[in-house]
Amino acid sequence: MSTATEHPTYNYKVVRQFAIMTVVWGIVGMGVGVLIAAQLVWPALNFDLPWLSYGRIRPLHTNAVIFAFGGCALFATSYYVVQRTCQTRLFSDGLAAFTFWGWQLVILSAAITLPLGYTSAKEYAELEWPIDLLITAVWVAYAIVFLGTVKMRKTSHIYVGNWFYMAFIITVAVLHIVNSMAMPVSFLKSYSMYPGTVDAMVQWWYGHNAVGFFLTAGFLGMMYYFVPKQAERPIYSYRLSIVHFWALIATYMWAGGHHLHYSALPDWAQSLGMVMSLILLAPSWGGMINGMMTLSGAWHKLRTDPILRFLVVSLSFYGMSTFEGPMMSIKTVNALSHNTDWTVGHVHAGALGWVAMISIGAVYHMIPKLFGKAQMYSIGLINTHFWLATIGTVLYICSMWVNGILQGLMWRAVNEDGTLTYSFVEALEASHPGYFVRWLGGAFFLTGMLLMAFNVWQTVRAGSSVKAAEPSAQTA
Amino acid sequence: MSAFWSAWVSVIALAVILGCTWLLFATRKSEKYKESTEEKVGHEFDGIEEYDNPLPKWWFQMFLATVVFGLGYLVLYPGLGNFQGLLGWSSHGQWEEEMQHAEEVYQPVFAKYAALSIEELQDPANETGLRMGQRMFANNCSVCHGSAGTGAYGFPNLTDSDWLYGGDPATIKESITNGRQGAMPAWGAVLGEDGVRDVTAYVLTLSGADNVDSQAAERGQSQFQALCAACHGADGKGMHALGAPNLTDSTWLYGGSFEQIAHTIRNGRNGVMPAHQNLLSEDKIHLITAYVYSLSQK
Repeated sequence: MSTATEHPTYNYKVVRQFAIMTVVWGIVGMGVGVLIAAQLVWPALNFDLPWLSYGRIRPLHTNAVIFAFGGCALFATSYYVVQRTCQTRLFSDGLAAFTFWGWQLVILSAAITLPLGYTSAKEYAELEWPIDLLITAVWVAYAIVFLGTVKMRKTSHIYVGNWFYMAFIITVAVLHIVNSMAMPVSFLKSYSMYPGTVDAMVQWWYGHNAVGFFLTAGFLGMMYYFVPKQAERPIYSYRLSIVHFWALIATYMWAGGHHLHYSALPDWAQSLGMVMSLILLAPSWGGMINGMMTLSGAWHKLRTDPILRFLVVSLSFYGMSTFEGPMMSIKTVNALSHNTDWTVGHVHAGALGWVAMISIGAVYHMIPKLFGKAQMYSIGLINTHFWLATIGTVLYICSMWVNGILQGLMWRAVNEDGTLTYSFVEALEASHPGYFVRWLGGAFFLTGMLLMAFNVWQTVRAGSSVKAAEPSAQTA
Repeated sequence: MSAFWSAWVSVIALAVILGCTWLLFATRKSEKYKESTEEKVGHEFDGIEEYDNPLPKWWFQMFLATVVFGLGYLVLYPGLGNFQGLLGWSSHGQWEEEMQHAEEVYQPVFAKYAALSIEELQDPANETGLRMGQRMFANNCSVCHGSAGTGAYGFPNLTDSDWLYGGDPATIKESITNGRQGAMPAWGAVLGEDGVRDVTAYVLTLSGADNVDSQAAERGQSQFQALCAACHGADGKGMHALGAPNLTDSTWLYGGSFEQIAHTIRNGRNGVMPAHQNLLSEDKIHLITAYVYSLSQK
């Protein structure tokens, strides 16, 4: 590894570590996703092994892609962005190293305990209490490093990307601690502190804000750096940044109730969940507009730059899924979509199309700079990856739309005598082709990630280190 | 909800919505640039600058539209704490309305068949009634008993003539309405492991197995008469009143291999048929009974 281009004032070591692990965990998490997608098509693929059964490895998939892949991408980019936009080194190298090793330990613990069946049974927060405590420690260290770095900035203002990263870090700390409150009964078993409906509301307050702050605010922070940087254009509107930032974080907090429409949750909480979700549309789109319009004057670059293509297409999927979300939160629509594959498709429009694509673009942008190379080993492979990812995402979303609407309609079809027209298993049989297409889409996406790993590997190990094209940065 | 929490919810919810609206107007555009501009705000971060463009007009209007819709919704529907909304809507009210509507529309359809006996419903002329029963079976019973009613491990086959509690219409209806609680006690501690294997050998001879250790079976016979006959009968033919299975036929709910039977004797079994009286109306249970009855009449 060459240190020739190591910036004298920036800590790139931790960024490199997180960037590489983003690719590694991406492959692991998506690999498990493709496996469980295959199990839904060919159930025999669980091989009658308890630790390979769908119920245990589905949470492994969600945890791995959100917190391992997405988490490492957020750590890597936030440490990279905050140093470069504040023109100062990370607040503490020791704490930063702790966040890396601590976070890897969290992921490893998840990869062991979830297949063994240890779970708190809270969606996206399945890890048992000792791991929750470790997460808390890592997260507090992360907050200290990030906020400390912002505090020590050499610039007069705080860059918009860092607003989003800060909102993400602080809110996720609050969400994680409140939602994970539990009474341990043994080393790997605990019970939630909240009863019944309250537990459900706390769970979805957490669950939807995991989407809002982990998967949206954090990645908007990423967007605000890598899009203008890769396009080499100024941000479209500072005013828009201000409005959509504050409106986004204020309204997201309320939206969780829409996961519990037509449930025991009191009507007022359901209504507020729906109203705030609808108001959320414009703030969400504010980020998309600011990213897209930043490209005005640079659209021609899309023809030659597949990294920029990743970033721009991720914004399109972001816009699409943040339109779909508010629509699905309307009670009348939700009555059809709830519990169907439509929801699964919606999540993946965001997860594959937005979160994964923007992370991939950001990692492709960073890798050569982190390792002192002029550019990635193969631009052609990035382009192939781009098409595999795009086609994979489209196959996934479309199959789940078809399945979801089909299921919703079949479940509520009623005969003249009031009996249900279809039994559950008939709707399941009808979903089978869609499950196959979804698996195929996932396999496309995973293949792209394998190309990325090869490309990154070749870039990192390339013998002749080229001086980065980046103008050597601001010396403090 | 107490008045305090009601106010708490309302005030914060409205503050968020109105605060966003205020921010929207306050930031809309500067005095200097009404339209798009190349002017920048003057910060620069790692080479990134920011334009001072006004908010896009269509976006501004879309934001306002959602706020207006949201506030309108909160006036009409429950949302702001204890305020119930001007329309008087509630999810419970909607549910009751739909149930009442369903009752009015479908009650006559079911009433027609409720007047007929289970036997009369087997008449091909009443085929529609049986089909309704079949559909309700598919949605309520098939998860355990299978879509064809042929059962599964631990869940009885309903298409044969072997009944745990009896297969006459009244008994089937009783099973569906009030459920059943099967209770085969665990004899492992009483019999000891040798005893368990002896009784298993004897039980196997009841259904005519010839490859069993006859001495063990002989030992097991006296144990069987002492401990098992009370429910399964001295001849092992079972007892409908207790749901004790007939052990002399080749139908086995939990498997008929030596090890499976030994497991049943050692650890006991607790089969549960859930009661459906609170889940399905009497008329529906009537039709499901007719359908289940028809399965073993072919």
